[in-house]
Amino acid sequence: MDWLTFAEFSLIGLFGGGLLSLVALGFVLIYKGTKVINFAMGEFMMLGAYFVYTAHALLKLPLWLSIAAALACIAGVALLVERLVLRPLSGQPVISVLMATIGLGAMIHGGVDAIWSGQNLEMPQIVPRQPLLWGDVLVPGSIFWSFWVAVALIAALTLYFRFTSTGIAMRAAASDPTTAYALGIDVRRTQQLTWIFAGCVGAVAGMIIASINSLSPALSSTALGVLAVIILGGLDSIAGAIIAGLIVGWLEAIAVGYFGGKVRDLVPYAIVLVILMIRPYGLFGTRDIERL
Amino acid sequence: MSIGTQHASSVVLAVEGVHLGFGGIKALTDVSMSVRKGGITAVIGPNGAGKTSLFNATSGFYRPQRGRVVFEGRDVTRVKPNQRAAMGLARTFQNVALFRGMTVLDNIKLGGHHRLRSNPLQAMAYWGASQREELALRASLEREVLDFLEIDHIRHQPVSALSYGLQKRVELARALAMNPKVLMLDEPVAGMNREETEDMARFILDLQEERGMTILLIEHDMGMVMDISNHVVVLNFGHVIASGTPAEVRTHPDVIEAYLGAHQP
Repeated sequence: MDWLTFAEFSLIGLFGGGLLSLVALGFVLIYKGTKVINFAMGEFMMLGAYFVYTAHALLKLPLWLSIAAALACIAGVALLVERLVLRPLSGQPVISVLMATIGLGAMIHGGVDAIWSGQNLEMPQIVPRQPLLWGDVLVPGSIFWSFWVAVALIAALTLYFRFTSTGIAMRAAASDPTTAYALGIDVRRTQQLTWIFAGCVGAVAGMIIASINSLSPALSSTALGVLAVIILGGLDSIAGAIIAGLIVGWLEAIAVGYFGGKVRDLVPYAIVLVILMIRPYGLFGTRDIERL
Repeated sequence: MSIGTQHASSVVLAVEGVHLGFGGIKALTDVSMSVRKGGITAVIGPNGAGKTSLFNATSGFYRPQRGRVVFEGRDVTRVKPNQRAAMGLARTFQNVALFRGMTVLDNIKLGGHHRLRSNPLQAMAYWGASQREELALRASLEREVLDFLEIDHIRHQPVSALSYGLQKRVELARALAMNPKVLMLDEPVAGMNREETEDMARFILDLQEERGMTILLIEHDMGMVMDISNHVVVLNFGHVIASGTPAEVRTHPDVIEAYLGAHQP
Protein backbone atom coordinates (compact mmCIF):
# COMPACT_ATOMS: atom_id res chain seq x y z
CA MET A 1 0.00 0.00 0.00
CA ASP A 2 1.55 3.29 -1.05
CA TRP A 3 0.90 6.80 0.19
CA LEU A 4 -1.47 7.61 -2.64
CA THR A 5 -3.84 4.80 -1.75
CA PHE A 6 -3.53 5.74 1.91
CA ALA A 7 -4.46 9.35 1.07
CA GLU A 8 -7.39 8.18 -1.01
CA PHE A 9 -8.80 5.96 1.72
CA SER A 10 -8.20 8.66 4.30
CA LEU A 11 -10.15 11.23 2.27
CA ILE A 12 -13.00 8.83 1.62
CA GLY A 13 -13.08 7.94 5.30
CA LEU A 14 -13.08 11.54 6.53
CA PHE A 15 -15.73 12.64 4.05
CA GLY A 16 -17.81 9.56 4.85
CA GLY A 17 -17.46 10.39 8.54
CA GLY A 18 -19.50 13.56 8.00
CA LEU A 19 -22.76 11.62 7.82
CA LEU A 20 -21.79 9.61 10.89
CA SER A 21 -21.27 12.90 12.72
CA LEU A 22 -24.72 13.99 11.63
CA VAL A 23 -26.38 10.90 13.06
CA ALA A 24 -24.27 11.28 16.19
CA LEU A 25 -25.52 14.85 16.48
CA GLY A 26 -29.07 13.51 16.50
CA PHE A 27 -28.27 11.32 19.51
CA VAL A 28 -26.37 14.06 21.33
CA LEU A 29 -29.10 16.69 20.85
CA ILE A 30 -31.68 14.46 22.44
CA TYR A 31 -29.37 13.37 25.23
CA LYS A 32 -28.38 16.93 26.06
CA GLY A 33 -31.90 18.29 25.76
CA THR A 34 -33.85 15.54 27.52
CA LYS A 35 -31.30 13.12 29.07
CA VAL A 36 -32.71 10.30 26.97
CA ILE A 37 -30.65 7.99 24.78
CA ASN A 38 -32.85 7.54 21.77
CA PHE A 39 -32.36 4.01 20.52
CA ALA A 40 -34.97 4.69 17.83
CA MET A 41 -32.63 7.13 16.05
CA GLY A 42 -31.88 4.57 13.31
CA GLU A 43 -35.59 4.22 12.70
CA PHE A 44 -35.93 8.00 12.33
CA MET A 45 -33.18 7.86 9.68
CA MET A 46 -34.89 5.04 7.90
CA LEU A 47 -38.31 6.63 8.09
CA GLY A 48 -36.96 9.86 6.61
CA ALA A 49 -35.58 7.95 3.64
CA TYR A 50 -38.85 6.04 3.14
CA PHE A 51 -40.85 9.26 3.22
CA VAL A 52 -38.63 10.72 0.49
CA TYR A 53 -38.96 7.56 -1.53
CA THR A 54 -42.75 7.57 -1.18
CA ALA A 55 -43.12 11.23 -2.07
CA HIS A 56 -40.74 11.08 -5.04
CA ALA A 57 -41.06 7.62 -6.57
CA LEU A 58 -44.70 6.89 -5.75
CA LEU A 59 -46.39 10.31 -5.55
CA LYS A 60 -44.15 11.78 -8.28
CA LEU A 61 -43.42 14.99 -6.39
CA PRO A 62 -40.30 16.95 -7.34
CA LEU A 63 -37.24 16.01 -5.30
CA TRP A 64 -36.95 19.21 -3.25
CA LEU A 65 -40.62 19.05 -2.35
CA SER A 66 -40.26 15.36 -1.44
CA ILE A 67 -37.42 16.17 0.92
CA ALA A 68 -39.32 19.06 2.48
CA ALA A 69 -42.43 16.90 2.90
CA ALA A 70 -40.36 14.08 4.41
CA LEU A 71 -38.79 16.45 6.94
CA ALA A 72 -42.20 17.86 7.85
CA CYS A 73 -43.50 14.32 8.38
CA ILE A 74 -40.48 13.41 10.52
CA ALA A 75 -41.06 16.54 12.59
CA GLY A 76 -44.63 15.35 13.12
CA VAL A 77 -43.48 11.86 14.11
CA ALA A 78 -40.89 13.31 16.52
CA LEU A 79 -43.57 15.49 18.08
CA LEU A 80 -45.90 12.52 18.52
CA VAL A 81 -43.13 10.42 20.05
CA GLU A 82 -42.26 13.16 22.51
CA ARG A 83 -45.89 13.65 23.48
CA LEU A 84 -47.06 10.04 23.60
CA VAL A 85 -43.98 8.11 24.69
CA LEU A 86 -41.47 10.36 26.42
CA ARG A 87 -43.63 12.77 28.35
CA PRO A 88 -45.70 10.13 30.15
CA LEU A 89 -42.38 8.53 31.14
CA SER A 90 -40.72 11.68 32.41
CA GLY A 91 -39.47 11.18 35.95
CA GLN A 92 -39.30 7.41 35.48
CA PRO A 93 -36.02 5.49 35.80
CA VAL A 94 -33.63 5.93 32.89
CA ILE A 95 -33.80 2.26 32.07
CA SER A 96 -37.60 2.42 31.47
CA VAL A 97 -37.17 5.29 29.05
CA LEU A 98 -34.40 3.41 27.23
CA MET A 99 -36.62 0.35 26.92
CA ALA A 100 -39.40 2.57 25.59
CA THR A 101 -37.18 3.96 22.83
CA ILE A 102 -36.00 0.45 21.92
CA GLY A 103 -39.61 -0.68 21.74
CA LEU A 104 -40.49 2.36 19.69
CA GLY A 105 -37.66 1.50 17.27
CA ALA A 106 -38.98 -2.04 16.91
CA MET A 107 -42.49 -0.72 16.23
CA ILE A 108 -41.32 1.67 13.52
CA HIS A 109 -39.13 -1.06 12.06
CA GLY A 110 -42.04 -3.50 11.91
CA GLY A 111 -44.36 -0.84 10.52
CA VAL A 112 -41.93 0.00 7.73
CA ASP A 113 -41.51 -3.69 6.93
CA ALA A 114 -45.26 -4.08 6.71
CA ILE A 115 -45.95 -0.98 4.61
CA TRP A 116 -43.02 -0.85 2.21
CA SER A 117 -41.91 -4.54 2.38
CA GLY A 118 -38.36 -5.41 3.31
CA GLN A 119 -36.97 -5.33 -0.23
CA ASN A 120 -34.22 -3.04 -1.45
CA LEU A 121 -35.70 0.03 -3.10
CA GLU A 122 -34.04 2.48 -5.46
CA MET A 123 -33.80 5.97 -3.94
CA PRO A 124 -33.70 9.12 -6.05
CA GLN A 125 -30.24 10.63 -6.32
CA ILE A 126 -29.89 13.46 -3.78
CA VAL A 127 -26.20 14.36 -4.00
CA PRO A 128 -24.21 14.34 -7.29
CA ARG A 129 -22.40 11.08 -7.97
CA GLN A 130 -19.81 12.43 -10.42
CA PRO A 131 -16.44 11.33 -8.97
CA LEU A 132 -13.84 13.98 -8.22
CA LEU A 133 -10.30 13.53 -9.40
CA TRP A 134 -7.58 15.49 -7.61
CA GLY A 135 -4.30 14.56 -9.24
CA ASP A 136 -4.33 10.80 -8.90
CA VAL A 137 -6.69 10.71 -5.93
CA LEU A 138 -10.24 9.72 -6.74
CA VAL A 139 -13.09 10.54 -4.37
CA PRO A 140 -16.68 9.46 -5.05
CA GLY A 141 -18.85 12.56 -5.55
CA SER A 142 -21.66 11.19 -3.41
CA ILE A 143 -19.40 10.95 -0.38
CA PHE A 144 -17.76 14.32 -1.04
CA TRP A 145 -21.04 16.22 -1.38
CA SER A 146 -22.77 14.42 1.47
CA PHE A 147 -19.90 15.58 3.67
CA TRP A 148 -20.64 19.20 2.80
CA VAL A 149 -24.34 18.74 3.45
CA ALA A 150 -23.41 17.46 6.90
CA VAL A 151 -21.04 20.38 7.46
CA ALA A 152 -23.67 22.91 6.41
CA LEU A 153 -26.32 21.38 8.63
CA ILE A 154 -24.05 21.16 11.66
CA ALA A 155 -22.86 24.74 11.12
CA ALA A 156 -26.43 25.98 10.81
CA LEU A 157 -27.47 24.23 14.03
CA THR A 158 -24.42 25.54 15.86
CA LEU A 159 -25.23 29.10 14.79
CA TYR A 160 -28.86 28.59 15.75
CA PHE A 161 -27.94 27.44 19.24
CA ARG A 162 -25.43 30.23 19.67
CA PHE A 163 -27.25 33.26 18.34
CA THR A 164 -31.03 32.90 18.19
CA SER A 165 -33.24 33.50 21.18
CA THR A 166 -34.96 30.13 20.76
CA GLY A 167 -31.63 28.35 20.40
CA ILE A 168 -30.27 29.96 23.53
CA ALA A 169 -33.44 29.08 25.39
CA MET A 170 -33.02 25.47 24.26
CA ARG A 171 -29.47 25.41 25.60
CA ALA A 172 -30.63 26.96 28.85
CA ALA A 173 -33.39 24.40 29.26
CA ALA A 174 -30.92 21.60 28.54
CA SER A 175 -28.36 22.76 31.07
CA ASP A 176 -30.74 23.62 33.92
CA PRO A 177 -34.46 22.92 33.32
CA THR A 178 -35.57 24.20 36.73
CA THR A 179 -33.99 27.60 36.36
CA ALA A 180 -35.15 27.85 32.76
CA TYR A 181 -38.67 27.10 33.95
CA ALA A 182 -38.42 29.85 36.56
CA LEU A 183 -37.33 32.30 33.86
CA GLY A 184 -40.53 31.72 31.95
CA ILE A 185 -39.11 29.35 29.35
CA ASP A 186 -41.56 26.66 28.34
CA VAL A 187 -39.27 23.68 28.93
CA ARG A 188 -41.69 21.17 27.41
CA ARG A 189 -41.75 23.17 24.21
CA THR A 190 -37.97 23.34 23.99
CA GLN A 191 -37.85 19.57 24.53
CA GLN A 192 -40.32 19.06 21.70
CA LEU A 193 -38.17 21.27 19.49
CA THR A 194 -35.11 19.22 20.44
CA TRP A 195 -36.85 16.06 19.28
CA ILE A 196 -37.90 17.72 16.04
CA PHE A 197 -34.36 18.95 15.33
CA ALA A 198 -32.79 15.61 16.14
CA GLY A 199 -35.36 13.73 14.08
CA CYS A 200 -34.79 15.97 11.06
CA VAL A 201 -31.01 15.76 11.35
CA GLY A 202 -31.23 11.96 11.49
CA ALA A 203 -33.68 11.90 8.58
CA VAL A 204 -31.36 13.98 6.40
CA ALA A 205 -28.50 11.57 7.14
CA GLY A 206 -30.80 8.63 6.46
CA MET A 207 -32.05 9.86 3.09
CA ILE A 208 -28.52 10.64 1.89
CA ILE A 209 -27.09 7.30 3.04
CA ALA A 210 -30.01 5.51 1.38
CA SER A 211 -29.50 7.45 -1.84
CA ILE A 212 -25.80 6.51 -1.89
CA ASN A 213 -26.40 2.83 -1.17
CA SER A 214 -29.96 1.61 -1.38
CA LEU A 215 -33.08 1.77 0.73
CA SER A 216 -34.07 -1.10 3.00
CA PRO A 217 -35.01 -1.46 6.67
CA ALA A 218 -31.39 -2.49 7.30
CA LEU A 219 -30.56 1.22 7.04
CA SER A 220 -31.52 1.66 10.67
CA SER A 221 -28.62 -0.50 11.84
CA THR A 222 -26.20 2.22 10.67
CA ALA A 223 -27.24 4.09 13.76
CA LEU A 224 -25.97 1.30 15.99
CA GLY A 225 -22.44 1.78 14.73
CA VAL A 226 -22.93 5.49 15.26
CA LEU A 227 -24.02 4.91 18.83
CA ALA A 228 -20.55 3.49 19.30
CA VAL A 229 -19.24 6.75 17.88
CA ILE A 230 -21.21 8.70 20.41
CA ILE A 231 -19.98 6.74 23.36
CA LEU A 232 -16.54 7.48 22.00
CA GLY A 233 -17.31 11.19 21.82
CA GLY A 234 -19.13 11.44 25.11
CA LEU A 235 -22.91 11.52 25.05
CA ASP A 236 -23.25 15.19 25.86
CA SER A 237 -20.63 16.77 23.64
CA ILE A 238 -21.57 18.10 20.20
CA ALA A 239 -17.94 18.73 19.29
CA GLY A 240 -17.12 15.24 20.52
CA ALA A 241 -19.80 13.72 18.27
CA ILE A 242 -18.47 15.54 15.23
CA ILE A 243 -14.83 14.62 15.83
CA ALA A 244 -15.64 11.05 16.77
CA GLY A 245 -17.71 10.68 13.58
CA LEU A 246 -14.72 11.74 11.52
CA ILE A 247 -12.28 9.51 13.41
CA VAL A 248 -14.46 6.43 13.06
CA GLY A 249 -15.16 7.17 9.39
CA TRP A 250 -11.43 7.42 8.79
CA LEU A 251 -10.53 4.27 10.73
CA GLU A 252 -13.26 2.30 8.96
CA ALA A 253 -12.01 3.32 5.56
CA ILE A 254 -8.41 2.54 6.45
CA ALA A 255 -9.35 -0.84 7.90
CA VAL A 256 -11.38 -1.67 4.81
CA GLY A 257 -8.45 -0.58 2.67
CA TYR A 258 -5.96 -2.80 4.44
CA PHE A 259 -8.03 -5.78 5.51
CA GLY A 260 -11.02 -5.82 3.16
CA GLY A 261 -14.71 -5.03 3.61
CA LYS A 262 -15.45 -7.70 6.19
CA VAL A 263 -13.72 -5.92 9.07
CA ARG A 264 -15.64 -2.69 8.48
CA ASP A 265 -18.38 -3.31 11.03
CA LEU A 266 -15.89 -4.57 13.56
CA VAL A 267 -13.82 -1.42 13.72
CA PRO A 268 -16.10 1.01 15.55
CA TYR A 269 -16.87 -1.47 18.29
CA ALA A 270 -13.23 -2.47 18.75
CA ILE A 271 -12.24 1.19 19.13
CA VAL A 272 -15.04 1.85 21.53
CA LEU A 273 -14.06 -1.12 23.65
CA VAL A 274 -10.53 0.17 23.97
CA ILE A 275 -11.59 3.76 24.65
CA LEU A 276 -14.15 2.77 27.24
CA MET A 277 -11.57 0.77 29.11
CA ILE A 278 -9.41 3.87 29.37
CA ARG A 279 -12.06 6.60 29.68
CA PRO A 280 -15.46 5.17 30.61
CA TYR A 281 -17.14 8.56 30.18
CA GLY A 282 -15.97 9.08 26.60
CA LEU A 283 -13.31 11.28 25.16
CA PHE A 284 -15.04 14.63 25.61
CA GLY A 285 -18.06 14.00 27.81
CA THR A 286 -18.61 14.77 31.46
CA ARG A 287 -18.13 12.06 34.05
CA ASP A 288 -21.65 11.55 35.35
CA ILE A 289 -23.07 9.66 32.43
CA GLU A 290 -25.50 6.79 32.80
CA ARG A 291 -23.66 3.53 32.39
CA LEU A 292 -25.54 1.14 30.18
CA MET B 1 -49.79 40.92 63.72
CA SER B 2 -51.44 40.90 60.33
CA ILE B 3 -51.13 43.90 58.11
CA GLY B 4 -53.89 46.42 58.41
CA THR B 5 -56.95 46.08 56.22
CA GLN B 6 -56.63 49.70 55.16
CA HIS B 7 -53.68 48.58 53.03
CA ALA B 8 -55.47 45.63 51.47
CA SER B 9 -55.62 47.28 48.06
CA SER B 10 -51.84 47.61 47.91
CA VAL B 11 -51.26 43.89 48.46
CA VAL B 12 -49.77 42.58 45.22
CA LEU B 13 -49.01 39.02 46.27
CA ALA B 14 -50.74 37.00 48.98
CA VAL B 15 -50.35 33.49 50.30
CA GLU B 16 -53.55 32.37 52.03
CA GLY B 17 -53.76 29.40 54.39
CA VAL B 18 -51.26 27.27 52.51
CA HIS B 19 -50.67 23.68 53.60
CA LEU B 20 -47.84 21.77 51.96
CA GLY B 21 -46.69 18.28 52.88
CA PHE B 22 -44.41 15.65 51.45
CA GLY B 23 -45.65 12.28 52.61
CA GLY B 24 -45.68 12.50 56.39
CA ILE B 25 -43.60 15.66 56.57
CA LYS B 26 -45.51 18.89 56.94
CA ALA B 27 -43.39 21.57 55.32
CA LEU B 28 -45.97 24.34 55.67
CA THR B 29 -49.01 24.48 57.94
CA ASP B 30 -51.64 27.15 57.37
CA VAL B 31 -49.16 29.75 56.22
CA SER B 32 -50.49 33.15 55.25
CA MET B 33 -48.59 36.27 54.36
CA SER B 34 -48.89 39.21 52.06
CA VAL B 35 -46.47 41.29 50.09
CA ARG B 36 -47.23 44.97 49.75
CA LYS B 37 -46.52 46.88 46.60
CA GLY B 38 -43.28 48.83 46.64
CA GLY B 39 -42.04 47.33 49.90
CA ILE B 40 -39.38 44.89 50.94
CA THR B 41 -40.84 41.85 52.66
CA ALA B 42 -38.47 39.37 54.26
CA VAL B 43 -39.10 35.77 55.28
CA ILE B 44 -36.77 34.58 58.00
CA GLY B 45 -36.54 31.48 60.13
CA PRO B 46 -34.14 28.78 61.28
CA ASN B 47 -32.91 26.09 58.89
CA GLY B 48 -35.69 23.78 57.79
CA ALA B 49 -38.40 26.23 58.82
CA GLY B 50 -40.02 26.02 55.38
CA LYS B 51 -38.75 29.25 53.83
CA THR B 52 -37.75 27.74 50.52
CA SER B 53 -40.88 25.56 50.45
CA LEU B 54 -42.89 28.74 50.80
CA PHE B 55 -40.93 30.25 47.91
CA ASN B 56 -41.45 27.20 45.76
CA ALA B 57 -45.17 27.21 46.44
CA THR B 58 -45.32 30.91 45.62
CA SER B 59 -43.43 30.58 42.35
CA GLY B 60 -45.29 27.44 41.33
CA PHE B 61 -42.72 24.67 41.68
CA TYR B 62 -44.76 23.07 44.47
CA ARG B 63 -48.51 22.90 44.46
CA PRO B 64 -49.94 23.28 47.97
CA GLN B 65 -52.52 20.72 49.14
CA ARG B 66 -54.65 23.48 50.59
CA GLY B 67 -54.78 27.24 50.45
CA ARG B 68 -54.09 29.56 47.56
CA VAL B 69 -51.64 31.99 46.11
CA VAL B 70 -53.08 35.25 44.84
CA PHE B 71 -51.09 37.48 42.54
CA GLU B 72 -52.52 40.86 41.55
CA GLY B 73 -55.98 39.75 42.60
CA ARG B 74 -55.85 36.57 40.52
CA ASP B 75 -55.71 33.07 41.99
CA VAL B 76 -52.55 31.59 40.49
CA THR B 77 -52.37 28.42 42.61
CA ARG B 78 -52.74 26.24 39.53
CA VAL B 79 -50.67 28.34 37.14
CA LYS B 80 -47.38 26.82 35.94
CA PRO B 81 -44.04 28.37 36.99
CA ASN B 82 -43.14 29.56 33.50
CA GLN B 83 -46.51 31.28 33.17
CA ARG B 84 -46.17 32.88 36.61
CA ALA B 85 -42.77 34.14 35.49
CA ALA B 86 -44.33 35.69 32.41
CA MET B 87 -47.00 37.30 34.61
CA GLY B 88 -44.28 39.10 36.56
CA LEU B 89 -43.15 36.82 39.39
CA ALA B 90 -39.37 36.58 39.05
CA ARG B 91 -37.27 34.49 41.39
CA THR B 92 -33.65 33.64 42.03
CA PHE B 93 -32.33 30.46 43.60
CA GLN B 94 -30.30 29.84 46.74
CA ASN B 95 -27.35 28.36 44.89
CA VAL B 96 -25.93 30.03 41.81
CA ALA B 97 -28.23 28.90 39.01
CA LEU B 98 -26.61 30.60 36.04
CA PHE B 99 -26.23 28.81 32.74
CA ARG B 100 -22.58 27.91 32.74
CA GLY B 101 -20.79 28.16 29.43
CA MET B 102 -22.89 31.15 28.39
CA THR B 103 -21.83 34.76 28.59
CA VAL B 104 -23.20 37.26 31.08
CA LEU B 105 -25.25 38.92 28.36
CA ASP B 106 -26.77 35.64 27.12
CA ASN B 107 -27.73 34.73 30.67
CA ILE B 108 -29.37 38.09 31.20
CA LYS B 109 -31.12 38.05 27.84
CA LEU B 110 -32.68 34.73 28.81
CA GLY B 111 -34.45 36.62 31.57
CA GLY B 112 -36.13 38.66 28.86
CA HIS B 113 -36.94 35.56 26.84
CA HIS B 114 -40.62 35.51 27.70
CA ARG B 115 -40.91 39.06 26.36
CA LEU B 116 -39.97 37.86 22.88
CA ARG B 117 -42.84 36.82 20.71
CA SER B 118 -41.22 35.38 17.59
CA ASN B 119 -41.51 31.64 16.96
CA PRO B 120 -38.60 29.20 16.43
CA LEU B 121 -38.77 29.47 12.64
CA GLN B 122 -38.67 33.25 12.67
CA ALA B 123 -35.80 33.05 15.13
CA MET B 124 -34.04 30.78 12.65
CA ALA B 125 -34.29 33.37 9.93
CA TYR B 126 -33.53 36.22 12.37
CA TRP B 127 -35.11 38.81 10.17
CA GLY B 128 -37.72 41.54 10.42
CA ALA B 129 -39.75 41.46 13.59
CA SER B 130 -37.53 38.89 15.25
CA GLN B 131 -34.43 41.01 14.85
CA ARG B 132 -36.12 44.27 15.83
CA GLU B 133 -37.55 42.61 18.91
CA GLU B 134 -34.16 41.34 20.05
CA LEU B 135 -32.44 44.65 19.45
CA ALA B 136 -35.13 46.49 21.38
CA LEU B 137 -34.84 44.01 24.24
CA ARG B 138 -31.10 44.39 24.29
CA ALA B 139 -31.28 48.18 24.34
CA SER B 140 -33.69 48.18 27.25
CA LEU B 141 -31.55 45.66 29.13
CA GLU B 142 -28.49 47.84 28.73
CA ARG B 143 -30.22 50.87 30.14
CA GLU B 144 -32.18 49.28 32.93
CA VAL B 145 -30.08 46.33 34.02
CA LEU B 146 -26.42 46.33 33.00
CA ASP B 147 -25.75 49.96 33.86
CA PHE B 148 -27.82 49.86 37.00
CA LEU B 149 -26.04 46.84 38.46
CA GLU B 150 -22.62 48.04 37.27
CA ILE B 151 -21.87 44.89 35.31
CA ASP B 152 -21.53 46.58 31.94
CA HIS B 153 -17.82 45.81 31.72
CA ILE B 154 -18.20 42.05 32.12
CA ARG B 155 -21.09 41.53 29.71
CA HIS B 156 -19.14 39.37 27.25
CA GLN B 157 -17.37 37.23 29.84
CA PRO B 158 -18.45 33.66 30.46
CA VAL B 159 -20.23 33.50 33.81
CA SER B 160 -18.03 30.70 35.09
CA ALA B 161 -15.06 33.09 35.07
CA LEU B 162 -16.70 35.49 37.55
CA SER B 163 -16.34 35.74 41.32
CA TYR B 164 -19.17 34.43 43.46
CA GLY B 165 -20.40 37.92 44.32
CA LEU B 166 -20.54 38.93 40.67
CA GLN B 167 -22.31 35.70 39.73
CA LYS B 168 -25.03 36.47 42.25
CA ARG B 169 -25.27 39.97 40.79
CA VAL B 170 -25.69 38.53 37.29
CA GLU B 171 -28.47 36.36 38.69
CA LEU B 172 -30.16 39.45 40.06
CA ALA B 173 -29.69 41.10 36.66
CA ARG B 174 -31.33 38.14 34.94
CA ALA B 175 -34.29 38.35 37.30
CA LEU B 176 -34.57 42.09 36.59
CA ALA B 177 -34.49 41.40 32.87
CA MET B 178 -37.77 39.56 33.38
CA ASN B 179 -39.32 42.95 34.08
CA PRO B 180 -40.92 41.60 37.23
CA LYS B 181 -43.74 43.02 39.31
CA VAL B 182 -42.48 41.10 42.32
CA LEU B 183 -38.83 40.16 42.68
CA MET B 184 -38.31 37.05 44.80
CA LEU B 185 -34.77 36.60 46.11
CA ASP B 186 -33.79 33.34 47.78
CA GLU B 187 -30.89 34.18 50.13
CA PRO B 188 -29.34 36.88 47.93
CA VAL B 189 -26.28 37.34 50.18
CA ALA B 190 -25.70 33.74 51.32
CA GLY B 191 -21.98 32.99 51.39
CA MET B 192 -20.95 36.55 50.57
CA ASN B 193 -18.25 38.53 52.34
CA ARG B 194 -19.11 41.80 54.02
CA GLU B 195 -18.30 44.00 51.06
CA GLU B 196 -20.32 41.88 48.64
CA THR B 197 -23.20 41.80 51.12
CA GLU B 198 -23.19 45.60 51.42
CA ASP B 199 -23.16 45.97 47.62
CA MET B 200 -26.08 43.61 47.25
CA ALA B 201 -28.05 45.32 50.03
CA ARG B 202 -27.47 48.66 48.33
CA PHE B 203 -28.74 47.35 44.99
CA ILE B 204 -31.83 45.88 46.61
CA LEU B 205 -32.57 49.17 48.39
CA ASP B 206 -31.95 51.17 45.21
CA LEU B 207 -34.35 48.92 43.34
CA GLN B 208 -37.03 49.63 45.89
CA GLU B 209 -36.38 53.33 46.35
CA GLU B 210 -35.59 54.38 42.77
CA ARG B 211 -37.87 52.07 40.87
CA GLY B 212 -40.54 51.21 43.38
CA MET B 213 -39.80 47.53 42.92
CA THR B 214 -41.69 45.12 45.16
CA ILE B 215 -39.28 42.65 46.76
CA LEU B 216 -39.81 39.41 48.66
CA LEU B 217 -36.68 37.86 50.08
CA ILE B 218 -35.54 34.94 52.18
CA GLU B 219 -32.46 35.68 54.22
CA HIS B 220 -30.32 34.27 56.95
CA ASP B 221 -28.28 37.43 57.45
CA MET B 222 -30.35 39.00 60.24
CA GLY B 223 -28.43 42.25 60.17
CA MET B 224 -29.30 42.87 56.55
CA VAL B 225 -32.93 41.82 56.97
CA MET B 226 -33.45 44.21 59.87
CA ASP B 227 -31.71 47.03 57.99
CA ILE B 228 -33.57 46.97 54.72
CA SER B 229 -36.97 45.29 55.24
CA ASN B 230 -40.28 47.03 55.75
CA HIS B 231 -42.07 43.89 56.80
CA VAL B 232 -40.73 40.63 58.26
CA VAL B 233 -42.42 37.22 58.40
CA VAL B 234 -40.90 34.63 60.73
CA LEU B 235 -41.37 30.93 60.01
CA ASN B 236 -40.57 28.06 62.35
CA PHE B 237 -41.41 24.39 61.73
CA GLY B 238 -43.69 25.39 58.88
CA HIS B 239 -45.76 27.84 60.94
CA VAL B 240 -45.80 31.62 60.84
CA ILE B 241 -44.82 32.54 64.38
CA ALA B 242 -44.61 36.28 63.96
CA SER B 243 -44.87 39.06 61.40
CA GLY B 244 -44.57 42.79 61.46
CA THR B 245 -41.98 45.54 61.28
CA PRO B 246 -38.36 44.59 62.02
CA ALA B 247 -38.63 46.29 65.42
CA GLU B 248 -41.77 44.36 66.35
CA VAL B 249 -40.32 41.04 65.23
CA ARG B 250 -36.99 41.56 66.95
CA THR B 251 -38.62 41.77 70.37
CA HIS B 252 -41.25 39.08 69.79
CA PRO B 253 -40.76 36.36 72.46
CA ASP B 254 -41.48 33.46 70.06
CA VAL B 255 -38.87 34.72 67.65
CA ILE B 256 -36.27 35.05 70.34
CA GLU B 257 -37.08 31.54 71.46
CA ALA B 258 -36.86 30.12 67.94
CA TYR B 259 -33.52 31.73 67.31
CA LEU B 260 -31.83 31.64 70.70
CA GLY B 261 -33.59 28.86 72.59
CA ALA B 262 -36.06 29.10 75.44
CA HIS B 263 -34.05 31.29 77.78
CA GLN B 264 -33.29 34.85 76.97
CA PRO B 265 -29.61 35.71 77.19
